[in-house]
Amino acid sequence: MKITRKVQAGTMQSSDLMVFLEPAEHLTVTIESTVLKQFGELIRAKVDEVLARHHVESGEVRITDRGALDYAIEARLETALLRAAEE
Amino acid sequence: MALNSLGREIPASYAGRTLTPYRDPFSNQPSGLAAPRPITRVNPGTSKLVGSLREAIEASGLKDGMTISTHHALRNGDYLLNAVVNEIAALGIRGIWIASSSVHPVHAEIIPHIKSGVIAGFQCGVNGLIGELASKGELQVPIIVRSHGGRARAILEGSVKIDVSFIAAPCCDPCGNLNGYFGPSACGSLGYAQSDALHAACVVAVTDNLVPYPAVPVVIPQTLVDFVVQVERLGDPAKIVSTTTRITTDPVGLQIASYAAQVIEASGLLQDGFSFQTGSGGISLAVADKMRSAMRRGNIKGSFGCGGITGYFVGMLEEGLFSSLMDVQCFDTEAVRSIGVNQAHQEISADLYANPFNRGAVVNRLDCVILGATEVDCNFNVNVNTESNGYLLHNTGGHSDTAAGAKLSIIVAPSIRGRLPIVRDQVTTITTPGETISVVVTERGIAVHDRHPELKEELIRRKLPVKEIHDLQKETCRITGTPRPLDFEDEIVALIEYRDGSIIDVVRRVKE
Repeated sequence: MKITRKVQAGTMQSSDLMVFLEPAEHLTVTIESTVLKQFGELIRAKVDEVLARHHVESGEVRITDRGALDYAIEARLETALLRAAEE
Repeated sequence: MALNSLGREIPASYAGRTLTPYRDPFSNQPSGLAAPRPITRVNPGTSKLVGSLREAIEASGLKDGMTISTHHALRNGDYLLNAVVNEIAALGIRGIWIASSSVHPVHAEIIPHIKSGVIAGFQCGVNGLIGELASKGELQVPIIVRSHGGRARAILEGSVKIDVSFIAAPCCDPCGNLNGYFGPSACGSLGYAQSDALHAACVVAVTDNLVPYPAVPVVIPQTLVDFVVQVERLGDPAKIVSTTTRITTDPVGLQIASYAAQVIEASGLLQDGFSFQTGSGGISLAVADKMRSAMRRGNIKGSFGCGGITGYFVGMLEEGLFSSLMDVQCFDTEAVRSIGVNQAHQEISADLYANPFNRGAVVNRLDCVILGATEVDCNFNVNVNTESNGYLLHNTGGHSDTAAGAKLSIIVAPSIRGRLPIVRDQVTTITTPGETISVVVTERGIAVHDRHPELKEELIRRKLPVKEIHDLQKETCRITGTPRPLDFEDEIVALIEYRDGSIIDVVRRVKE
């Protein structure tokens, strides 16, 4: 899957997250989170897993997390990826 | 360093004071006499009125290194503490300790005076930015966090000696009779200021509503007040009292409230004479709402509602469900209105409310209290002082006092808050010892402390979702993932004093 346009998904509510995607030459992932100290690694692992599953190799991925659970991270990121890849 | 009975490392001393590690909730005995106060004489024709706050500070004899206090009934709308500290700084006085009943986010304005050395330390907890900066090591200032009852105890026994107390007085006469019921800055109960008025070496009443003599009802009498000063405004009325607090509409919160109400009914305490305290949070109010229905249904008349009083409890008083309210602080405008007109709405001092070292406090007569938590550990120890990022952000309030006093102390909290599980291996900070907690209620299950085996049996009999607290923890962590423990430096930024003056925990600087 290729990120072909600038999109976003999610909300800024507690226990949710915002995902921002933009086309870019290289793949970069930045994560901000209210629980970065406690869950930063688990959030990163989940994001990497979803990106790998969808064969995303380039693009700018920005996550602003408000303490979302893994399934919410997965759902929001997949939604954003589908939007970014739409023709 | 010594370990207290909860396994927390407590240093031998802090800010020049020798520390006693916490041992248990009830065995620590006071000794000696109550703290003295100078006696004076005011002859006929003597005026207590001074022209300005600055003149009042000068008249009080405040000097370098002394201790001042204010009360927090004006909460985040308070102008007084900032104004007093600004004047102290302008007078060139330094090294002042603040022993207010609480410090709120609005008082972040004094941070430059902490950095410049005008303020030397806090004999009280701090809500908001001051605590956060201290936790980050950006502000070097000793902080000693006390419960409401613990503060009254410290003042009474003289371990905190207040040199000058500045009492925000919403309704005051020229001789210093005052109350909090009327005026543009009306805040209702002045429960926290009463210990200060009795024990501070000098008492300055500060008012924006000077009324002709005598100001009645007299809550703090003229016999205790040295000076009276008028200011334009004591605070921002919109922030002094919150608008009516609402019952939660969140389904998770309502589920928790429903379980908590069923726990109270199962406890057998809900009968004539029932006494009850909740905070003003949405879940607490939902529990109160369910109790109200249950009391109506069972035709039960309670003895008293206690604590910070909300309009919700006023409604129950006026409906006849409680015969009285014992009020140390009004939480909303409806409570302020009521305390001025309802005789059974009794103002109580923090000493009467919760001090462990007197001849018996009101909390000892509580049947049930509903309390919140940021974290709970598998021994039922509760943290309300630090956030899960390790920052000191909240005061203890009456948490550990009411938990110790009440027959049934119930923690209500969602099992997960912003991915963070409520039940932990270890809480960041221990505010309230687990041996004073009865039940932890989450939407995912109810954990009962071992000291209540009969209640646990009854809840199981009633088919409520009783779980071992370890199982509750494991179940929640399967959903959230296991949070990585925070890293702390050795440096201590605050003491958490238990209500009896022993040290239940310390807050350390967060490693960033």
